[in-house]
Amino acid sequence: MPDTLIFGMEVFLNGLMAGVLYALVALGFVLIYKASGIFNYAQGVMALFAALTLVGIMEGQVPFSHLINAIFGTEVHHFGWHVPALLAILFTMVVMVVLAWAVQRLIFRHLVNQEPIILFMATIGLAYFMEGFGDIMWGADIKKLDVGLPQGINLAIDEATFGLFGYGFFIDNLDLWATGIAVLLVIVLVAFSQYTKQGRAMRAVADDHQAALSVGISLNFIWIMVWSVAGFVALVAGIMWGTKSGVQFSLSLIALKALPVLMLGGFTSIPGAIVGGLIIGVGEKLFEFCFGSGQCFGGIINLGGATENWFAYVLALVFLVFRPQGLFGEKIIERV
Amino acid sequence: MLDATEGYTTADGRKIGGVVMDMRNITLRFGGVEAIKDISFDIREGEIRAIIGPNGAGKSSMLNVISGFYVPQEGEVWFRGEKRPQMKPYQVAQQGIARTFQNIALFEGMSVLDNVMTGRLTQMKAPLWAQAIWKGKAEREEVENREICEKVIDFLEIQSIRKTPVARLPYGLKKRVELARALASEPKLLLLDEPMAGMNVEEKEDMSRFILDVNDEFGTTIALIEHDMGVVMDLSDRVVVMDYGKKIGDGTPDEVRANQDVIDAYLGVSHD
Repeated sequence: MPDTLIFGMEVFLNGLMAGVLYALVALGFVLIYKASGIFNYAQGVMALFAALTLVGIMEGQVPFSHLINAIFGTEVHHFGWHVPALLAILFTMVVMVVLAWAVQRLIFRHLVNQEPIILFMATIGLAYFMEGFGDIMWGADIKKLDVGLPQGINLAIDEATFGLFGYGFFIDNLDLWATGIAVLLVIVLVAFSQYTKQGRAMRAVADDHQAALSVGISLNFIWIMVWSVAGFVALVAGIMWGTKSGVQFSLSLIALKALPVLMLGGFTSIPGAIVGGLIIGVGEKLFEFCFGSGQCFGGIINLGGATENWFAYVLALVFLVFRPQGLFGEKIIERV
Repeated sequence: MLDATEGYTTADGRKIGGVVMDMRNITLRFGGVEAIKDISFDIREGEIRAIIGPNGAGKSSMLNVISGFYVPQEGEVWFRGEKRPQMKPYQVAQQGIARTFQNIALFEGMSVLDNVMTGRLTQMKAPLWAQAIWKGKAEREEVENREICEKVIDFLEIQSIRKTPVARLPYGLKKRVELARALASEPKLLLLDEPMAGMNVEEKEDMSRFILDVNDEFGTTIALIEHDMGVVMDLSDRVVVMDYGKKIGDGTPDEVRANQDVIDAYLGVSHD
């Protein structure tokens, strides 16, 4: 087998894994958009905030320690205990639910029936607020997150592929775990939205507010629930990204990568977010491999690298021209 | 004047029970406009009660007050012998008051069956995890609820479109699906906002038949709004007539038809 093909396969697999992480972020967007028609710009910051909170709780950090020290002249930083990862994840989830409640109560309750663009602006405001709030609460330094997920090269795959091709693939254990967890998450979310009463109510609210009220669904409750679920997804995404590249404020920018994913998959489809994420992940890795570094077709096209920065957006642009609703989005039909 | 608990017997021999819904001195304002002015009337168990009036009379506002979408500035709403505190529309729905809308409010992206099933949401009690894996109490509940929905679907003769997404249906059928969803909750009071609006004669006859059958078969108490006088008079046991937010008539169709104020409101009267 030619070397290029073997390398290409490795790149393809790594692309799939990267795509899973994009998909995780995109999923949070889809959930909120489906249920409330709000494009939540703050989803990326929510992932950051969740990761910050998780690290803070695990390390026993004192929240707002800088503020407290500055005002009272004290020197507190740590409680001096460590919380086990699982327990810390539970606590963080509680924080995310409280956050969901606060967001609904303090912001969106007052913006019912407003234009989508106003709701969008509100989420931009929320994003900046949460970024600052996270900063004050937990500090701005880069933090290491380790919840016990295995990291480093997967030796089994390395050996197996070496036996097959005479070249061992480098697949990160963490990526494998992320994939497994993402698959599980999607199964749980689909089961929740298709088969449970709350899921059915969520779809009903997404479709028509008045009708939902008339069958006895509390919009407020459903919205808090949806924001909580989105908070949970953000937490999972935050754990994965945080473990991979440390919990840092640039994490909030991964939200931008989710945009092309959403344009591909459609803003309203959960499977769409997954497939869109995978296509972007694979697409940008393969494109970089083939044309960015000129390793395909005898190197006729060599763009000299760094294509990963823009490939996803160009692909999204192409989709906007030919299929504006995305691969799985609801078809846009205007009745005349 | 009828007693609150005592019923009466209709011309066609149906027994009507005591008061289910009692509206007392309801006044509703939007800014300086009085949409409803000090109106009182009641709805009795098992009857078909109509609210009629010319356009802009305040009929829909009245229905929205009953279903909790509007909150009146003055007056009291008594439901099943108890004064109703201020409630959100979904709480009213949970109390057993189902409604349809003049402009149809359905879940367009869902199938007909799913739409009808949402009518059962408030009756589902199984824990979340059980519902998600479809086991134990959740499974039994789902089966029971499904049976009720299928019964309603059969009854309204929409079996053939059970799996069709609602968005694809023609107007007349959508109205029927909306009625099915409201019926699926087995309401103690069913509110119909212009069930015949925008329909042709044949569809109107169908809808009238369904309304009568629902009342007959399930004993459902129905309050409906309509401005087509002919249909209403055939359908209802008692009629409230509104005009410019005021009640100008209340009684059996025959009484209302003979009422001079009602005739004036509908045919116009010369003011000389």
